[in-house]
Amino acid sequence: MTVKIKVENLSKIFGKNPKNVLEKLEHGVSKEKILQETGHTVGVNNVSFEVEEGKIFVIMGLSGSGKSTLIRCLNLLNKPTQGKILIDGEDIVEYDKQKLKEFRQKKVAMVFQHFGLLTHRTVLDNVVYGLEIRGISPEERYRIARENLAIVGLRGWEDHYPNELSGGMQQRVGLARALANNPDILLMDEPFSALDPLIKREMQQELLDLQARLKKTIVFITHDINEAFKLGDRVAIMKDSVIEQVGTPEEILATPKNEYIKKFVKDIDRSKVLQAKNVMFKPSTVVSVKDGVKIAINEMEQSGLSSVFVVDKERRLLGLVTIDDAIKALKENKRLADIIQENYFTTGPETYVQELIPIATKNKYPIAVVDEDKRLLGIIVRVSVLSSLV
Amino acid sequence: MSSFPDIFRFNLGQYVDQFVKWLMTDYGEVFDAIASGILSLLVSTEKILLWLPWWLVLLGILLLGWKAINIKAGIVFSLSLFLVGTFGFWDLMMMTLAIVLASVIISLVIGIPLGVLTAYSDRFNAVMRPILDAMQTMPSFVYLIPALMLFGMGKVPAVFATIIYATPPVIRLTDLGIRKVPKEMVEASISFGSSNWQTLLKVQLPQALPTIMTGINQTTMMALSMVVVASMIGARGLGLEVLRAIQRIDIAKGFEAGISIVFLAIIIDRVSQGIAERFKYPE
Repeated sequence: MTVKIKVENLSKIFGKNPKNVLEKLEHGVSKEKILQETGHTVGVNNVSFEVEEGKIFVIMGLSGSGKSTLIRCLNLLNKPTQGKILIDGEDIVEYDKQKLKEFRQKKVAMVFQHFGLLTHRTVLDNVVYGLEIRGISPEERYRIARENLAIVGLRGWEDHYPNELSGGMQQRVGLARALANNPDILLMDEPFSALDPLIKREMQQELLDLQARLKKTIVFITHDINEAFKLGDRVAIMKDSVIEQVGTPEEILATPKNEYIKKFVKDIDRSKVLQAKNVMFKPSTVVSVKDGVKIAINEMEQSGLSSVFVVDKERRLLGLVTIDDAIKALKENKRLADIIQENYFTTGPETYVQELIPIATKNKYPIAVVDEDKRLLGIIVRVSVLSSLV
Repeated sequence: MSSFPDIFRFNLGQYVDQFVKWLMTDYGEVFDAIASGILSLLVSTEKILLWLPWWLVLLGILLLGWKAINIKAGIVFSLSLFLVGTFGFWDLMMMTLAIVLASVIISLVIGIPLGVLTAYSDRFNAVMRPILDAMQTMPSFVYLIPALMLFGMGKVPAVFATIIYATPPVIRLTDLGIRKVPKEMVEASISFGSSNWQTLLKVQLPQALPTIMTGINQTTMMALSMVVVASMIGARGLGLEVLRAIQRIDIAKGFEAGISIVFLAIIIDRVSQGIAERFKYPE
C-alpha cells in the first residue's frame, strides 16, 4: 500500500506571533497557560500520521480538540506554524501560490459540516463551481456535474436552489461538488453531524458504497465515536490538540491506550465494530473426514463441545457431527461421512457481530467462519458472541 | 470667573481657511478636473431626463412600479408624478432627479469598492469607521461649507456635498454584506482553488448583493434629502422652490414644492426597495 498523505510534526498556533509561542509549547507549557499568558490559541500540537491511498482515515475528537484545525491544514486553509504535509511525497506547505492553486483545483476537495453551498446558485451551478474555477468549458462541466448529481441520487434537482433542499440532500450536493473535480483526496469536515440520525446512517452507508467503487483517499472528521469506528479503516483520537491514539477500530477497542480513550470506547456499540474474525476462535477441534468416528468423539470430549466440524484435507468445511450421532454411529458401525449434517450456519470473516447475535442465540451449534473457498477459519460459539459485547 | 478665559482663544478656523486656500492654489487643477467630471455627468443626465417626453416618463414609472411592486403601486406612482407636473414643477423635478442620479452613481462607484476594502482589512475598517460616523452624524448643512469653498456656488458643489453625505450607507452595508457571508462558503470557494478575485466576484459579492441593495436604497434616499438642502448653494430644483417659498412666506408654493419632494422620495424608496427585494435568495 502506498502512503498518500504523510503528516510530520504538524503544529498550528493562532495569534500574532505563533513562532515564538511554538518554543513554549515544545517546552511543555500547557495550552491553557499559553492562552492566558500570550493570547495565542494552540490548534494542533505536534501531530504526525499517515494515510494510505484508497483508505478512510477518521480523526475523532470532541469540540475544541483541534480536529477541524487539523483538516484545514491539509488543504492549507490553515497555514501550519510548523511541520510537513507530504502528499504524494511533495510538501504542500512549501508550495507557492500557483502550485497551491493547482493542488486545490485538482488533487483535493472538501465537504463541509454546514455544506458550504452557494445559496445564490442552483444545485447544478454549485456542483459546477470547482470545474468553472479550473476553466473547463461550459458543456463539459455541465455534463460532468449532471453525472455526479446522478451518482449521489439527485437527478431532477439540478435547477433547484440549495435552500429548497433538505439537509441530507444539501450534503449530497456538497459531496457531488467535491466529486465533480475528481480529486484523489476528499476532506470531509463533520459532513454528517448536522443531519438527523436516520439520514446520517443512510449517508454513512452511501459513503461506504461510494468508496467501494471510487477508492478515494478520505480524511473524515467526526465527534461521534460510533461513526468513526463504522467508517474508518484507521482512526485517530484527538484531545487537546494532540493525537492520543491511532489504529484500526479493532486495535483501539482491544487496547485503548489510556483512561480517556477507554471512556470513549465504553460508549461504542461493539457489535457494530467487531467482526466474526475478531470473536471466532481457531478451531483446535476439527476432524478430518478420513478420521474415524472414535477420533471425532475423542475431540468432542476434549473440547467439551457437543459437536465438531469435519473438514477435508485442504481444511474445506464438509459438515458437522454431533456427539449423539457419533455415539449412535459407533454402535451401528457407520462411517463418519454417513452422519455429517449441514444444519449449521456459516458466515464470512467480515460479518459484523451485530448480525450474528440472533443466529448465535437461536442455533444450538457453533457458527462456522469460512473464507471464499469454504476453508474453515474459525468457529464462533454463543458464549464468545455475547462475551465480546462486554 | 464663570466665563471662559480669553487666553485660551484658538483660531482653528483660520488654519482651515489657510488649508483650503493652499489646496486651491496648489491643487486647483485637480478640483477643476473633478468639477468638470461631475458637471459633464450631471449635464448629460439632466439632458436625457429633460429630453424624455413627460408621458413616456409616466409610462416608465408605471411599468417600474408594476415590475418592482405591483400594478397598483405603478398607477399610484405615475399619478403622483402627473400631479407634480400639474404644479408646474416637471422640469424642476427632473433637475432634482438628475442631481440625485449623478450623485448616487458617483457614490456607488466610490462606496462599493471602499466597502469591499473595509470588509477585507480590519485596519482600514478601523480608520474608516470614525470617518463614516463623522460623515453621518454631522448636520448636512455643514457639508455645504467645504463644498462651497472648493467649488464655489452652483450644481457641482451640490453634487459634491450630496456625495459626501450619501456615500456612508453603501460603504457600511457593502462591508456588512461581505462580512456576513458564511465562513464555510468562502472556505469552500478557496478550497476549490479560487483566486481572491474569483472568491470576491463569484461568492462574496453575489452573497452580499441583497445587503448592498439595501445600502443603495439608503444612499439614494439620503441623496434626495441632501439635494433639497443643497439648493441653498444654488442648485436649481425642487429644493430651491421650497427655499424661495420660505423666504417669501408663500404657503401655497411651499406646500406644492414640499409635497412634490415627498412624492419623489416615496417613489424612489419603494421602487429601489422593491428591486432590492428581488435580489433576496429563497430561504
